[in-house]
Amino acid sequence: MAFGPHLLLATLEGLVTAAVLALTALGLSLVFGVMRVVNVAHGEFFMLGAVLAWAVASAFGGHPAVGFVAALVVAPLIVGALALVADLLVLKRLNYNPEATIVATIGLLYIIQQAALSFYGPEARPVEAPFSYRVLLPWFGYSGYKLAVIGASILLLLATWFVLARTRIGMVMRATQYDSETAQAFGIPVDRVYAGVFAVGAMLAAVAAVLIVPTSQAHYLMGRDPLLLSFIVVIIGGLGSLRGTVVAALLIGVSDGIISVFFSPTLAKIIATLAVAMVLVFRPQGLFGTAAR
Amino acid sequence: MKNDDGAGKAITLHAGVIAVLVALNFVLPDYHHGVMARVLVLAVYAMGYNLLFGYAGLLSLGHAMFFAAGLYGAGLTMYHLNWGVPSAFIAGLVAGVLLSLVIGVLALRTKGVAFMIVTMMFAQVAYLLVYYFGTWTRGDEGLVIQQQARAIEFGATRLDLTDPTTRYMAALLLFSVVLVITLIVVRSSFGRVLVAIRENEERTKMLGYDTFANKLAAMVASGAICAAAGAAYVILFGYVGSTLASVQYSILPLLWVLLGGAATTLGPLVGTVLMYYLIDGSSDLLKAYLPGWNVSYLGIVGVALILLVLFFPKGLLGTVRDRFARWLP
Repeated sequence: MAFGPHLLLATLEGLVTAAVLALTALGLSLVFGVMRVVNVAHGEFFMLGAVLAWAVASAFGGHPAVGFVAALVVAPLIVGALALVADLLVLKRLNYNPEATIVATIGLLYIIQQAALSFYGPEARPVEAPFSYRVLLPWFGYSGYKLAVIGASILLLLATWFVLARTRIGMVMRATQYDSETAQAFGIPVDRVYAGVFAVGAMLAAVAAVLIVPTSQAHYLMGRDPLLLSFIVVIIGGLGSLRGTVVAALLIGVSDGIISVFFSPTLAKIIATLAVAMVLVFRPQGLFGTAAR
Repeated sequence: MKNDDGAGKAITLHAGVIAVLVALNFVLPDYHHGVMARVLVLAVYAMGYNLLFGYAGLLSLGHAMFFAAGLYGAGLTMYHLNWGVPSAFIAGLVAGVLLSLVIGVLALRTKGVAFMIVTMMFAQVAYLLVYYFGTWTRGDEGLVIQQQARAIEFGATRLDLTDPTTRYMAALLLFSVVLVITLIVVRSSFGRVLVAIRENEERTKMLGYDTFANKLAAMVASGAICAAAGAAYVILFGYVGSTLASVQYSILPLLWVLLGGAATTLGPLVGTVLMYYLIDGSSDLLKAYLPGWNVSYLGIVGVALILLVLFFPKGLLGTVRDRFARWLP
């Protein structure tokens, strides 16, 4: 394959990564923005989404699309419910203290991994894509499903933006993010907003995982890379900034796709991680965010 | 937290603990003898972590990189350059000091949550570098240091560090030295400045202390102790691999210190011993009673972390100090 088509392929792969990454990172960013909680277990909600997608899809027989659609609805709901329980039993009792919650979410990370290992097992299992249409480009055929993933992700991002910017729920969330004490004084049930945001953040990761799992496999350790990449995206985009998160996801996703195709993936990860640590050291508000209040 | 009439009691207590550990060498059965040698080295790692987390109040999620600096500093020089034990140990120590100096200068520009994430990211870079230089480190497969290389020669006498008793005593020697250093540091004015920074950094700054320099000094001291533990680990147990540099090894010292009691000199030892035996003992029980559940360290560590942070944030010795013995250092 010539250089041009090769680059196109790398860019397409990068866009798929970016689409999934934007959703996952948005969940992390939302939780940090509103609750000031760094959720280290975020990658495990992603993993749970994929594992549950396998469980739901394999429970349904018939056409793979049936099982997939069911998984797309059921898996995020279960993950959201689990996040609610975690918020109620652990985070709320810690009064959302930033350092204590990090330690607690590390604990949560291990517990979820253990649960997946116990109930799902150490194997990697595939989930069948709902359709197997191939888009024929002049140089190569490309999976139509992957293009659909990009489309679905854009729709979900727009929906999240709409809820945040144009509805009452979004206004309540932004008020809580801006100043939770004043919000409470104005009668906003801050506790319930926090619980809801934590659940929605987890559900975004789960949806992203269900979307991507037909192109990869479900495995109990698959949450590590999404967690690290989401951190990178959220830090570069500025913690708590939606637009920054999407821009950074595109930047990281596409450059990760291109660098991994042309160079060593380990080197790509080293450079990205180091760059991000430096951003955090020298520009803590991120490249696109505004200074913290 | 200090009153000087506690000094005598504190010194007696620490001397007593070291005496008990010496005595254990002669009474422990083989298996536990080996376990305790390992636990003592890991407790040194926890003490290094405790200096920064417990006393200076800086929660790092990347200390595996300092442990790994010691591991690889000593391991690579022994394996590839055939260095002797003393020079390899110093190489590991120097690697840890240099790394913690660089990381400290960068990471201490941040605070709180950002500090935790930055240290985690740097540790991840260190972990990936082990793979990137796989030709020398052999990644997760790791390197095994030959038995004949792990000995010290003083003129005619040869101390074989693979012999169980010598190994236990070497680990105990390192542990005792670090314990004494920790005790001196936390009772010194430097140690009190660290506690002041933990309690209220702005006020400490206002009183005229250079908080950055003090935090950097704590970081380097902590990095040096953790690297010493890493170097001792590879010398005494003869293995170095990337698992020992992974995130898990950044979380474990936090867990040990939280369990034993942050900002107590003996907490790291207590936490390491208990956690090691908890994981070791429960894995057999869980295998017997829940066969096929694949219960590993994951679940136990996870549950322990959450329970500690929810119900027992001061750890065992921290609680003992609050309730019964105010003099406990």
